[in-house]
Amino acid sequence: MNSTLSRHDTPLRVAITGGTSGLGLALVEALHARGARVAFVARDVARVAALARRLPGTHGIEGDVAAKLQIHPIALRINAALGGLDLLIHNASSLGPVPLVPLADTECEDFEAALATNLLGPFRLTRALLGTLAAAARQGRAPVVLNIVSDAAVTAYAGWGAYGASKAALLQMSRIWDEELQPHGIRVLAHDPGDMDTPLHAAALPDADPAQLKRPADAAREILARLDALHVPQAEESVA
Amino acid sequence: MKAARLARQRPRGARLLVVHADGRIEHAQRVRLAEQLRPGDLLVANDAATLPASLTGFHLRSGAPIEVRLAGRRSLAVDAVHEFTAIVFGAGDHRTRTEDRAAPPPLRAGDRLALGPLRAEVLATRGHPRLIDLRFEGDADTIWAGLARHGRPIQYAHLAAPLALWDVWTRVAALPVAFEPPSAGFVLDWSLLDALRASDIGFATLTHAAGISSTGDAVLDARLPFDEPYSIPAATVAAIHATRRRGGRVVALGTTVTRALEHAAAGAELRAGAGLADQRLGPATRLRVVDAIVSGTHEPGSSHHELLRAFVDDTLLARASAELERHGYLTHEFGDSVLIEALPRRRQGNEATAESTPSTLLGSHP
Repeated sequence: MNSTLSRHDTPLRVAITGGTSGLGLALVEALHARGARVAFVARDVARVAALARRLPGTHGIEGDVAAKLQIHPIALRINAALGGLDLLIHNASSLGPVPLVPLADTECEDFEAALATNLLGPFRLTRALLGTLAAAARQGRAPVVLNIVSDAAVTAYAGWGAYGASKAALLQMSRIWDEELQPHGIRVLAHDPGDMDTPLHAAALPDADPAQLKRPADAAREILARLDALHVPQAEESVA
Repeated sequence: MKAARLARQRPRGARLLVVHADGRIEHAQRVRLAEQLRPGDLLVANDAATLPASLTGFHLRSGAPIEVRLAGRRSLAVDAVHEFTAIVFGAGDHRTRTEDRAAPPPLRAGDRLALGPLRAEVLATRGHPRLIDLRFEGDADTIWAGLARHGRPIQYAHLAAPLALWDVWTRVAALPVAFEPPSAGFVLDWSLLDALRASDIGFATLTHAAGISSTGDAVLDARLPFDEPYSIPAATVAAIHATRRRGGRVVALGTTVTRALEHAAAGAELRAGAGLADQRLGPATRLRVVDAIVSGTHEPGSSHHELLRAFVDDTLLARASAELERHGYLTHEFGDSVLIEALPRRRQGNEATAESTPSTLLGSHP
């Protein structure tokens, strides 16, 4: 039986969205340090280039997962950078309106932006990469899609309407996809990293005391520990 | 046959002509492909994603507009993305029939090409004004970024609307190495994969850099298919052996799968790993691995059609072609399909398979 992170004679191949700040950056750093082959996606061309330079061997891909037309080019580059995919982490997130406002004051466009980044982006990019993940499954590499969610997906916090609703949908999509794809050897998991000291949290709650918040590096370590502990049965052989 | 003019991978009415080894021919709905396979069979698909291999730009020495269609590469390695064989056209785009496309300016080794954000140098001409080897500048990530941003799927005049990558990636598309879509795989969706599982039909893949189907020039077309690199996972070879042991059929989804498997088995034992398929399949071919093929419909004379002659004799193939014609099957990459069972092979006893070979119902294979 293999676990997700330590089962290969070849390095783990990982793609992370929102990889230049907050939790995404911490995940890129932690996985790079562990010898994984890492591709990361983020919107800011300069920051993508800077991080790829700082962590040689990583592949920076400039792109916006909220933009439908960019999904296949991003998927093409992930496939090309890594030659396959074992772990896809959808971490890029949008708060919706900033500063946070009640739902009744939320502009439709801000709600749509949150859905595009937090729900449709992960849906589209997962679908575009599903062939690659399925290929990994057929080779016994037990691929995982990890969707970063939030306690706002299950608890009703005033002011977090667009974000909470989109993350709730992402959580449910993860569960349904996991049901559908487990027989094909692919796991789809949702993970709530907790309240972290990140740019996103600062934009939502500027007055929060950073000292009271989890460090992204610790949250990243928890994620890797969860994946390490995840015993994934080998994909059933296509022929018994 | 009429061309399918819409880029729909799984049109509701898609049809499947089933040609049995005993000479029976029947018409089926393609969406029900799983019902045409038997428990214990193995369906093998090509999981190559399609490159945006059409690059517009300029020939810098002359300033002339060109379209470069990437058409060949020696390896599948994702970082070996610098050198390609390519077809070059002059001004114009896919809306002009390939046969009517303008010639490129005279091309010489050392000429530089500007293709959107990409820069390339002509390494050599390949004995035809349209055929070159080229080399892209920059590192692998830069080249991939340029292809992702500027490239478009190769397209022909029978499809009016511009193709996007999602039009040409199959549901199992993985490594981006195909120059044109392995279009037999358009039949696949996850519902079909579920149906195969439910029916105890295996599914496996290989990766094969499907090449271009037409150059617009008869002399050049006669050189198709170019050499195509492929890679076969060990799991797929194991699945094929298991299928043999239990008497199932190996069903190739497409000509590229057939070419790769038969090339990899040319040395007697089917082997996993990388290879470069350089053989032509035709009436003289003795199939060693593949028992049946699901393919698009192809016009007689094309290399794809030649490959079908490895499966059945010309009499049966002519009957099948007449059926396709009579019933208005659509051709080209988004058209209808055929399932052709190979005539029983005369195996050379290299595996424990002789007893699993279908019983002989027709005359011997040519």
